[in-house]
Amino acid sequence: MAFKIDVDGAIRQADVEPGTPLLWTLRDALGILGPKFGCGIGQCGACTVHIDGAPVRSCGFPVENVGTSKITTIEGIGKTATGRKVQVAWSQLDVAQCGYCQPGQIMSATALLNQTAKPTDADIDAAMSGNICRCATYTRIRAAIKLASGQKAKA
Amino acid sequence: MARQSANVATRRDFIKVSAAAGGLMLSFSLVGETKAGGPIPGHLNAYIAIDADGVVTIASKNPEIGQGIKTSLPMMIAEELDVEWSQVRTVQADASTALYGLQIAGGSFATTLHWDQLRKVGAAARAMLVAAAAQAWGVPVSECATTSGMVTHKPSGRTAKYGELALRAAGLPPPDPKTLILKDPNTYRIIGKPQAQVDTAAIVTGKPLFGIDVQFPGMLYATFEKAPVFGAGVASADLAAAQTVKGVRKAFVVQGGPGLEGLLPGVAVVAESWWQARKGREKLNIQWTDHPTAQQSTTGFDTQAAALSKATPLSTERQDGDVATALAGATARVDAAYAYPFLAHAPLEPQNCTARFQDGKMEIWAPTQNPESGRQLVAKTLGIAPSDITIHMTRCGGGFGRRLANDYMVEAAWIAKEAGAPVKLLWTREDDLRHDFYRPAGWHFMSGGVDANGKLVAWKDHFVTLGGDTGKPLSSAAMSPTEFPARFVPNFKYDLSIIPCGIPTGPLRAPGSNALAFVVQSFIDELAHAAKIDPLAFRMSLLGDEPLVGTAGRDVYNAGRMKGVLKLVAEKSGWGSTKLGKRQGMGIAFHFSHLGYFAEVAQVRVALDGQVTVEKIWVAADVGRQIVNPSGAMNQVQGAVIDGLSAALGQKITIEDGAAAEHNFDAYRLLRINDAPPVEVHWLITDYPPTGLGEPALPPALPALCNAIFAATGRRVRQLPIDSGLLKA
Repeated sequence: MAFKIDVDGAIRQADVEPGTPLLWTLRDALGILGPKFGCGIGQCGACTVHIDGAPVRSCGFPVENVGTSKITTIEGIGKTATGRKVQVAWSQLDVAQCGYCQPGQIMSATALLNQTAKPTDADIDAAMSGNICRCATYTRIRAAIKLASGQKAKA
Repeated sequence: MARQSANVATRRDFIKVSAAAGGLMLSFSLVGETKAGGPIPGHLNAYIAIDADGVVTIASKNPEIGQGIKTSLPMMIAEELDVEWSQVRTVQADASTALYGLQIAGGSFATTLHWDQLRKVGAAARAMLVAAAAQAWGVPVSECATTSGMVTHKPSGRTAKYGELALRAAGLPPPDPKTLILKDPNTYRIIGKPQAQVDTAAIVTGKPLFGIDVQFPGMLYATFEKAPVFGAGVASADLAAAQTVKGVRKAFVVQGGPGLEGLLPGVAVVAESWWQARKGREKLNIQWTDHPTAQQSTTGFDTQAAALSKATPLSTERQDGDVATALAGATARVDAAYAYPFLAHAPLEPQNCTARFQDGKMEIWAPTQNPESGRQLVAKTLGIAPSDITIHMTRCGGGFGRRLANDYMVEAAWIAKEAGAPVKLLWTREDDLRHDFYRPAGWHFMSGGVDANGKLVAWKDHFVTLGGDTGKPLSSAAMSPTEFPARFVPNFKYDLSIIPCGIPTGPLRAPGSNALAFVVQSFIDELAHAAKIDPLAFRMSLLGDEPLVGTAGRDVYNAGRMKGVLKLVAEKSGWGSTKLGKRQGMGIAFHFSHLGYFAEVAQVRVALDGQVTVEKIWVAADVGRQIVNPSGAMNQVQGAVIDGLSAALGQKITIEDGAAAEHNFDAYRLLRINDAPPVEVHWLITDYPPTGLGEPALPPALPALCNAIFAATGRRVRQLPIDSGLLKA
């Protein structure tokens, strides 16, 4: 079945069965490989995309529920001012180790900064605790969010 | 729209770049050496290529699993080549033992092994570029110098860029490695300066880098279901039902072989997309054969360990002095039983591999820590000559030791061959947690004694571990007879007993140490408290006055270096001088592994309901005279420490009826950002060769945490993971 969805500013047609998670629609049908598969049950956040600006775990989101909403992935988030700032902060602080979770981390961080320009540590905990980093780069993730929001990071 | 992963063709690009512009060949960089018996002038170098525009391409030989090796190894080469880091492009080498020797991400030994070797690779190439310039200008080599990718003739001021010299240089004989003069470290401009990971830009923009991102036209997707009970086989499966699912091309039983390390029995479903393969898999209704391992469980192992602790041990692995007499005469004696669980590796990128079998040749794209062993496994299992198997190493979304095994690689190869099409096999998280080579559980029945002066005089450990059919400990389930505090306590006994176990085990980050440091450093703490001596002072005294213990290889224990990091961490953490509140405490621990000396202090607060908050960790580390990449190094240490806390606070795999009971991250709890403390790291620079950082920061984190909990609550954690229920006020 063909679904037309708006991904990163372009209308894309995906030929998948209803019930197919958005993650697999993006990855296998559309070749958008930025969102990652980590757990399949919305526990790790590696698959995070934005749907109309809100962070969503795409591994559990059926493609037919997308409708006319706008999807933004890690591959398109750099076109937004906040997304770009977050990516630059991530690069400057050399946040990643293996890097596999970082697309999801960046999507969650961007959504946070869009909501809360100067997040506190508590805000960061609340917004980011759905994203697992198995390499445990949490120290730098926190610092990068502070940097991207123009706040001084603690060591 | 399918897209080819960027990493698919790197090796080919590299050759092309090299061939176009000329590379440099080094006597020990192995290209052509084995075949020709010596270097072939003008042949390609395995590591360095320089194009006419001066772009320097440096191959990184080892797998990248997040340890930063694709950045740090090329840094060593680039420094001695004397180029700007911004001129350098790094590429992942393919698996080739002939070209690169051992290519493994494991043991934290890449820095140790490559520090001299790769700097010489760079220096040799630099010498050839200088020789090329001198030849072109008709001047003596001694009048030429290099800087930033350029050779200068000092008397005339004439210059040439490396790009202009590369072709001529490639035709020159390589220098004798013995004649190479390496830079004075004080002049380093790349090594020792924080460099961001070379793949950073690709990572933050979501570019395809990982095994899971390999895609090409005509590729199919596979799932593979194996028996939950280790060792069981397939009795029946409804293959036809799976094949009714749209997109499913083929479903078939894989018989597999004996043993738990290679191709296991299971059922493969191959489809046009992974989701379709997964939907097909749901219809398989597989019945599994019976297997005796179904009788095994964590509870059963616990019961057996308790029983064995009271029986005569299987063997005595070490005996110094007279432990029984020393314990009997001790002023204070402590007896305690310690235990730790099975753990999974759970790298965030689930196991996957892409394989294409064509014209008798197998081509593999794999996130693997150990490609050559994978090649041998595929060769043996499928009956393909190793020379007909190509392995492209992709970036790994975490490794932690899991991808030293290549079970998923041989599965992908088998399925691709049987499917008659290129296939990407991808495991679910459930597959991953149910089919790991787990960190083995273990049990230690400890007795220790201190004398009237508060000195540790007796140490006895009856270690009950898990063993296989051979009666030997399973992989990563052994303890060395020199494990600390062996050789530091006059009366010492290490007894061993073994429980037969059918659960596959393997190395997890800091294997052995990740469990033993918890036991040893916690029990030392117990004895310090029994002796009524400050835990730091007790440890300093235990380490003694002899700087070096042991004589050969990994048995050398440099107590002087350990005392150095202990002193530093105590100073930085405010040990003994920090005012702590109620149910707040600090704990200290140290551990030597992977040639690194680490001491750590944890500060915790334990709530009345037993919830533990780790407030801060301090680390002092001695890994020798040079931190290669300070940015990556800091990241490794902070990550390893939090990884250790994560294991202590939440992780366990429980075996029930011969199978893993935790199947996903809802049950297998990894630490999240809200529980991650600040980790303050201090380097103690000493005049020893640089050593690795992937692992050695992890082990002391667990006992430092548990010792801090004791300081805060008076409750001793003797079993992992920490049960907050036991810490209630």
